[in-house]
Amino acid sequence: MYRVRLWSARHSSLLHTLYSAMEKALVALHPVFVKIGYTRAERWISVIEKPVKGFLFDSKSCGQCTLGSTGMTCPMNCPKTLRNGPCGGVRGDGSCEIKPDMTCIWVTAWEGSQRMADGEQAIQIIQGPVDASLQGSSAWLREARQTIDQRAG
Amino acid sequence: MRFEDEPAAGENLPILPGHVSPGRLERVLRAGVFAVTTEIAPPDSADPLEVYDRASAFDGYVDAINATDGSGAHCHMSSVSMCALLTRRGYSTVMQVSCRDKNRIAIQGDVLGGSAMGVSNILCLTGDGVQSGDHPEAKPVFDMDCMTSLEMLRGMRDESRFLSGRKLTHPPQVFLGAAINPFAPPYDFRPLRLAKKVAAGAQFVQGQYCFDIEMFKEYMSRVRDMGLHEKVFILPGVGPLASAKSAEWIRSNVAGVHIPDAVIKRLKGAENQAQEGTNVCIDMINQVREIEGVAGVHIMAYRQEHRVSEIVEKTGVLGDRRPWEPRIYQDTFGQAEQTADSKK
Repeated sequence: MYRVRLWSARHSSLLHTLYSAMEKALVALHPVFVKIGYTRAERWISVIEKPVKGFLFDSKSCGQCTLGSTGMTCPMNCPKTLRNGPCGGVRGDGSCEIKPDMTCIWVTAWEGSQRMADGEQAIQIIQGPVDASLQGSSAWLREARQTIDQRAG
Repeated sequence: MRFEDEPAAGENLPILPGHVSPGRLERVLRAGVFAVTTEIAPPDSADPLEVYDRASAFDGYVDAINATDGSGAHCHMSSVSMCALLTRRGYSTVMQVSCRDKNRIAIQGDVLGGSAMGVSNILCLTGDGVQSGDHPEAKPVFDMDCMTSLEMLRGMRDESRFLSGRKLTHPPQVFLGAAINPFAPPYDFRPLRLAKKVAAGAQFVQGQYCFDIEMFKEYMSRVRDMGLHEKVFILPGVGPLASAKSAEWIRSNVAGVHIPDAVIKRLKGAENQAQEGTNVCIDMINQVREIEGVAGVHIMAYRQEHRVSEIVEKTGVLGDRRPWEPRIYQDTFGQAEQTADSKK
């Protein structure tokens, strides 16, 4: 929902804190996931993740969440699915060139990033190309696993 | 202007130490000379002569010609084939690559082919949405964006590999460019976005039309604060407006073009509006060239290509320099040019 999405960007700091807490919880649950198997765990987590992110961010379930680097605004709602910043077509009033009724995702993302502690640093990270094969998979679980892998070195 | 090591038409210059491409544009920019680039409108035609006719309007006035890639999401001759024709004659081209119509497989293939044909400069663009063109029912691709395609092409050039990691036997030796638009929101993010593009591999940037010098000065001041002007060659975009009416149309219909009221008022008050539009462009060049960190200008004169020579001459930005033009082959390579001419 467009309104909820804008609310999320306005409360980017709070949501980011919740997000980080949840990631910690998922990392802590690693032994459990190993026991039941990550594939099965992913099925369960997706049941929660998809509707939650869909409601809060109009998430498109690309499977490679960048919310922390985009002011808690899902960039996949950009008609050009731009994940690295706004195109040159943003209208003078900040609306999208393709969908004039919508504020440019990146205008919202920039405002959201300004409310987050390290939002301005995070928005400058270059996001790699989307892996289309991950569409629909759990980004939460992937992030948690990446953290675990990093710790394991 | 002729470089000492000038090769025959269709062949590239030797790559100098510290350079990445065998092109004229990189040479001019790295020499610290004020560069002029322009844009050629690809024809809605399969006739190569239409391409050569359009290019000849710029002979001796520009350092490189951008071949647009379905600009405004309208269908025209492709940028790869425009470059194929132009490089054959020795023209220095900037091949625009938009992410709207091609995925990563197609883009990488085009860049290899472009480089093989003598393209030395690639401009990575996101591209206009299909909704703004003549085929709004088309499926937009946007597999990559300008940022990821810059990184991808840099990987091909510097690490001699595809995005997949598969090795290339010969890398594309291309000078990488990107676009900037300092005149669209979110304004505070724009300089950071340029920093991102530089980090992703942009070595030169060409700008959207500049009609608001104060806004551009502010942008450049932030760019200088970040030290970006020392890492990337910045060529702001300029162009002649045909009339007040067309300026108003562009302002409300072309996404991302910001034209202040004062400019439109100036055109309205003029007896010859087209001439005044050219004068505005000349004034703009004279103002941007004074700004620290500006390496040249990119002149976009859609349907007013004949005015480019006048604009360049009146501003005197080239000094006594005359950029390369096909005619120089008559002096240097009389024989080669004759052969090329006989193909006409």
